[in-house]
Amino acid sequence: MTASTAEVGAAEIGTVTMTYREALRTTLAEEMRRDKDVLLIGEEIGLFEGSYKITKGLLKEFGPKRVRDTPIAEEGFTGAAVGAAMLGLRPIVELMTINFSLLALDQIVNHAAKIYGMFGGQVPVPMVIRTPGGGGQQLGATHSQNVELYYSFVPGLKVVAPATPAAARGLMQAAIRDNDPVLFLENLSLYNSKGEVDLGAAPLEIGRAAVVRPGRDLTVIAYSRMVPVALEAARQLHASDGADLEVIDLRSLRPLDRDTFVHSVRRTHAAVVLEDDWLTYGIGAEVSASIGEGAFDYLDAPVRRVAMAEVPMPYSKPLETAALPQMTDVTRAIKDTLAATGFNNSRSIRHD
Amino acid sequence: MVRSTIPTAEGTKGATPASRAKAKTRPSARPKRASAKTASETRSKTAKPTATSAGTAQASHLSPPPAAKQRRLTDLYRQMLLIRRFEERAGRSYTEALVGGYLHLNLGEEAFIAGTAAAMEPTDYLFTNYREHGFALARGADPGRVMAELYGRQDGLSKGWGGSMHMFDLQHRLMGGYGIVGGQLPLATGAALAIDYRGGSEAVVATMGDGTTNIGAFHESLNIAALWNLPIVYVIDNNELGMGTSVERSSAEPDLHKRAAAYKMESARVDGTDPSKVQEATRHALSRARAGHPYLLEVMTVRLKGHSVVDPATYRSKEETAQALARDPLSRLAQRLVDEGTATQAELAAWDRETRDAVAAAERFAKASPLPPVDSLFDYTYASPVPNESRRLPGDPLFPPPTRVSAQLGSHIQGGRPEGHAQNRWAEGSVQDEWTARAEPKLAGVAA
Repeated sequence: MTASTAEVGAAEIGTVTMTYREALRTTLAEEMRRDKDVLLIGEEIGLFEGSYKITKGLLKEFGPKRVRDTPIAEEGFTGAAVGAAMLGLRPIVELMTINFSLLALDQIVNHAAKIYGMFGGQVPVPMVIRTPGGGGQQLGATHSQNVELYYSFVPGLKVVAPATPAAARGLMQAAIRDNDPVLFLENLSLYNSKGEVDLGAAPLEIGRAAVVRPGRDLTVIAYSRMVPVALEAARQLHASDGADLEVIDLRSLRPLDRDTFVHSVRRTHAAVVLEDDWLTYGIGAEVSASIGEGAFDYLDAPVRRVAMAEVPMPYSKPLETAALPQMTDVTRAIKDTLAATGFNNSRSIRHD
Repeated sequence: MVRSTIPTAEGTKGATPASRAKAKTRPSARPKRASAKTASETRSKTAKPTATSAGTAQASHLSPPPAAKQRRLTDLYRQMLLIRRFEERAGRSYTEALVGGYLHLNLGEEAFIAGTAAAMEPTDYLFTNYREHGFALARGADPGRVMAELYGRQDGLSKGWGGSMHMFDLQHRLMGGYGIVGGQLPLATGAALAIDYRGGSEAVVATMGDGTTNIGAFHESLNIAALWNLPIVYVIDNNELGMGTSVERSSAEPDLHKRAAAYKMESARVDGTDPSKVQEATRHALSRARAGHPYLLEVMTVRLKGHSVVDPATYRSKEETAQALARDPLSRLAQRLVDEGTATQAELAAWDRETRDAVAAAERFAKASPLPPVDSLFDYTYASPVPNESRRLPGDPLFPPPTRVSAQLGSHIQGGRPEGHAQNRWAEGSVQDEWTARAEPKLAGVAA
């Protein structure tokens, strides 16, 4: 199917159902129309229309100056985007997958994140780095990592990880209009997911988590791909055990909205953290430590984390499946934690 | 004022009308690549300056640069002299522990710096590395503010946030000294991209050390600049040593300018001990860059001392050190000015006194400048304020302690637990209670 300008840019209003991919694509196009300083830089984003077709139709509408195909030189073109941002442009870099972002690590960590502070606030770096994480596609060890932690660790960067088409749109608007470098984490397995998007909604605020399912018995904290997994687990456990789970979508990995999940845990007294990265030192470790400090006396069970097995990702399907967090791993961890709280014995006491 | 002792540029030879015309016709002078063609087509539509949405003082990127002026040799000499005396004073301040961190001095590179800066328009951008005090001075930054940055003071060029390696001065378009070898090159390339995007007539100068030509960022940047016809001049400051490693020991092709051939880029090598030659070569390189032909210029300089102030340079033989001293650009130029009758010994001495006074004034200014207040620590993490940004000092709690205080708790752990919950386990006789309490279900109504 060809992407006409009208298709990319239809100025619709109201709430529509669209895929995560469509939400990204239409938002990029709208922002480029809104602000001439916004340009796209990356490998295969123009003629090829994006490895994952997020930029489909954009070269046709905006031309090669604003949709700039680059050589395979992540450090060079990511750094060039930083330099362009220093002069006031608002470049959006596409890194084909987050695995390749490691080639640009120096420019992201030592430059994009530092320039505003290191020079005493003289020049901001308004740019977005879009990149998908994800595993489960039999891509092997170097193409299946989720290393958003590396960036979430760095002051000066902002890191967002939308889980739905609506959040993808709202956070992309916010990221583009923000004056700081924002790492925008997408996920291969979310690109085709569908959801309702209110086209008239205001941009989302970076630095805020959202309670996406209110509940009383246990708080499930997740981001990106693991949010739909958490919601499905909540649905299943409600049906099977009558458990009423609260699900929190972190949305922003830096800054981290600790207040939202700690307050939730103070009400539910238990927490399970879902993450697609490795367990040790992962995002979940920071979330758990925050709960430990902010809700120590409210916990009825230790905080449990569900994360990837700590191995280089194997290619062969059964091994890959075993390494990735599956629904059964999630429900088992939640059930274990609920049991440790005395879930079935003490419900009447706790929920009066 | 400190700066008034530094002679301003006096023109003896303006830019030729032809060179200006060339700059103006840059788009049409570009090669025939598809992307370049489209860029030049769209250039006319976007040639107006656009206020940046970032709302910073970067709006007037497109003001046409005034004609470059050929600086007189005596002016170049006095510029070099300022750099020499400033660096000597900085080195002394370092040994007096007035300056922290690393300190890399431009001693021996004065001709290179003065010549490069003289060839640039005030509106051109400079990206450089960590050996950059001289560039800050030559771009026009106040020596007092440069010294104040070394001293970590509020009036420093980067407000005390950068130090020796990270000087930045937006007003004079010094776009940063960078401490990571090669890190400035992609940034500079991107600045040239922004100029090109907006159809501006400025250019970018990106300087680097000889060792930088071996890092990936160098090659990625040159390739991108050549592909996109960006207005940038890459300048190699070849002082023949990357820390203690010679060019021959680190570079398979020691004629570094020849590396441009891999990117079909024009290049040249020039004597970096003669400021006029550097200025001429840089002017030519910049005119090519403005016409859409990025350029690689290799400047053969001298490093009179070690890599940094603490390096005694024991890896250099006595002969090598003597050779370096013999190439000292400042004494060479002083001799030449006298020999050619351009300046008298008395004038040289007077300039030296003036310069020493200016540097002493800069040092006094730095010393008098206040240290940044600690409550400014979180001022520059983000340009756009963001909720939940962590502004905690080391050891601060993540959450404020609850205000409710259980009567049974010891005062030293005030409010640490919800009302009615376990006793402080350090309170006398309560250790057992603590372990018992853990197994008990929480009471209703304890939520925050």
